[in-house]
Amino acid sequence: MSFSATKFAQPLPLNTTSPRSNDKPILLKTSSFLGSTHKLRSNPHPTKFNHSISCRRSGVVAVSDVVKQKKVQSSTNLLITKEEGLVLYEDMILGRSFEDMCAQMYYRGKMFGFVHLYNGQEAVSTGFIKLLKKEDSVVSTYRDHVHALSKGVPARAVMSELFGKTTGCCRGQGGSMHMFSKEHNILGGFAFIGEGIPVATGAAFTSKYRREVLKEADCDHVTLAFFGDGTCNNGQFFECLNMAALWKLPIIFVVENNLWAIGMSHLRATSDPEIWKKGPAFGMPGVHVDGMDVFKVREVAKEAIGRARRGEGPTLVECETYRFRGHSLADPDELRDPAEKAKYAARDPIVALKKYLVENKLASEQELKTIEKKIDEVVEEAVEFADVSPHPSRSQLLENVFADPKGFGIGPDGRYRCEDPKFTEGTAHV
Amino acid sequence: MATIFRGLGATTALSASSKSNSFDSNRFHFQSRRSLSARKATFLVVRSEGKLNPGLNSRARRPDHFIANAVATKTDSSAASTASKPGHELLLFEALREGLEEEMDRDPTVCVMGEDVGHYGGSYKVTKGLATKYGDLRVLDTPIAENSFTGMGIGAAMTGLRPIVEGMNMGFLLLAFNQISNNCGMLHYTSGGQFKIPIVIRGPGGVGRQLGAEHSQRLESYFQSIPGIQMVACSTPYNAKGLMKAAIRSENPVILFEHVLLYNLKERIPDEEYVCSLEEAEMVRPGEHVTILTYSRMRYHVMQAAKTLVNKGYDPEVIDIRSLKPFDLKTIGDSVKKTHRVLIVEECMRTGGIGASLTAAITENFHDYLDAPIVCLSSQDVPTPYAGTLEEWTVVQPAQIVTAVEQLCQ
Repeated sequence: MSFSATKFAQPLPLNTTSPRSNDKPILLKTSSFLGSTHKLRSNPHPTKFNHSISCRRSGVVAVSDVVKQKKVQSSTNLLITKEEGLVLYEDMILGRSFEDMCAQMYYRGKMFGFVHLYNGQEAVSTGFIKLLKKEDSVVSTYRDHVHALSKGVPARAVMSELFGKTTGCCRGQGGSMHMFSKEHNILGGFAFIGEGIPVATGAAFTSKYRREVLKEADCDHVTLAFFGDGTCNNGQFFECLNMAALWKLPIIFVVENNLWAIGMSHLRATSDPEIWKKGPAFGMPGVHVDGMDVFKVREVAKEAIGRARRGEGPTLVECETYRFRGHSLADPDELRDPAEKAKYAARDPIVALKKYLVENKLASEQELKTIEKKIDEVVEEAVEFADVSPHPSRSQLLENVFADPKGFGIGPDGRYRCEDPKFTEGTAHV
Repeated sequence: MATIFRGLGATTALSASSKSNSFDSNRFHFQSRRSLSARKATFLVVRSEGKLNPGLNSRARRPDHFIANAVATKTDSSAASTASKPGHELLLFEALREGLEEEMDRDPTVCVMGEDVGHYGGSYKVTKGLATKYGDLRVLDTPIAENSFTGMGIGAAMTGLRPIVEGMNMGFLLLAFNQISNNCGMLHYTSGGQFKIPIVIRGPGGVGRQLGAEHSQRLESYFQSIPGIQMVACSTPYNAKGLMKAAIRSENPVILFEHVLLYNLKERIPDEEYVCSLEEAEMVRPGEHVTILTYSRMRYHVMQAAKTLVNKGYDPEVIDIRSLKPFDLKTIGDSVKKTHRVLIVEECMRTGGIGASLTAAITENFHDYLDAPIVCLSSQDVPTPYAGTLEEWTVVQPAQIVTAVEQLCQ
């Protein structure tokens, strides 16, 4: 394993900046900055090993090229075992099939509102979340279906939630953008970008609190916060980078940089588009990784999660990825260059993993097809389950507004409103 | 010197017996203080000259309530000594700290986070000494990032802690509105009841002494529409400690509004542990002629006006609503049914304040019992000016309250 802890922790002398490589993309030339969205990714690995100016804390660097070297050796040194490979494959297939089914169901009028699909980004979810324990927490944004699935929420619970049925993971009250699961420690599902990051920081704070104040010595729960490139210009992102680094919270900030925030190109919105560089500015490692390659993501994730578990603090991981569909099912997706889309479609993470598994004799085509068929059935069953599940009844309307329903107050008759028999019917006047 | 009144529970028998004793302008009649085991709530008032008078029994409320004599700011030391009783005297900010400390002792998941709460002890000294006692992680000094540390508190609450987030000034929590509205209020619901958010958000607000517009805000009017939160406002050391403890123990997110000018109020509070109810209003002074509903600092302006009114022969019933959301419609309603006239005195601005909501709630529920339209005295819809004279005219003053009652009772 090429990243040792020392690579992340090495302090750097001041003013060391290695020369950038020649394949640095055109983005550095201001004249072509605006509008040249397709030029950033002409080189698949734009970021080289780049020393940051040392700050008060230990120096931190990008390590993606180390992973690149590792991949070259793959023929002699397999990156994964068969079991692990199949787990990853199944998870990514589940994510893809589920999202495709969501699109179908949406256009058939089974789900409504804003639905944001994850197609193309599966390597990030699978690469990170499959390394977690059940007690670790995941916080996401509105593009959260696959994060929930990877973490272990049953497909039928997610589909039901999308259909707005009472058997959904949030009883139909959350919807596509608010996936929560106490059992699997999914803390949401947030509609406004950035607002989940402080919540994730809080979950990481609890982990540290448990260890240091409540003296639960074995508590090493980590939290993953997933969010996009657009969020990285938001204040909450920076405020939380600061607090997480300051208190060495066990959190990993995972940026799913798919280059587009609805119709706003990342390059048109960001003064310095290299998001991983913002980590060292706050005193934490910043890593850039190819988010279309589940192995690379997994390697980086292992190191970052290991750091967090050992109490060494947070990491910022920028995953270069791409969404194959529009921002949401309501997005006509007219702004993105078809050439760009084609380029990333050629790097489909599922196709890449399949190729790797088959070429390295880790699995046969037949085995993989069996998995695909199994997942198809799981997704079909999820739809059937959601279809036959009941809609929420009126009695559910007032139920979860307060954890303690005394919060509705005292009515004119002196009784608490929640004691009113109509309350459980959902028709009480509150 | 303004006398500080405090009492609990609604009154039913009071009116009858107060009439039986001649009601002259100088005396209020109240029942003597009972011990903690008594099941009925009582209240009493200490006049500014310092004599303790027995008060009247009132309808039973929660058995936890225990009332010690209210102590006026300066002149009441004689009253405290005449009645030999347990309890200890302290200032309101100390009462808040005492409540906080007791809860932190009781439950190790209770923690505090905010700007300067740790080493500095809190901008109003509410958390003084706590960091030394509990450590820097349990009393956490945060960077200046309200939205994020409030969100962090919410995330911590979802994962098992019970944080108290302090806004150094309530106005700063405007920066945390995203987190308070979207996450604090809504997450229990959108998660289908899976996650609870037992967070307390507290801080000083209200119009101070020439603090300028931005430091003089009344956020209760902005937060009141958020579904899923409760709001309470403390006004005396007794209810400050009681509400602090109740808020911490509550499973719901609670916003506790303190007032910048009330931190140095002194009162004798019980030694025994007690908790106030988050949803109940407080009967400050029972009366017959008019119901005056108020909260926080305006309570003292009202009581000052009440002295004048009593001298003029009026008998106002003063209720400190305490629970800004939800309203205690039982206490309020019983009062309206008795007096048929309502005056609301608040510090919020005219537009969209607590008074506006209260007016609507009373009209909706008790319209038949009203003999006159509800009068609501609020602050002017003006950014609070710096100049002392202008500032005085933006908030409701006792003279205006007296005039309003006189007009209402014509």
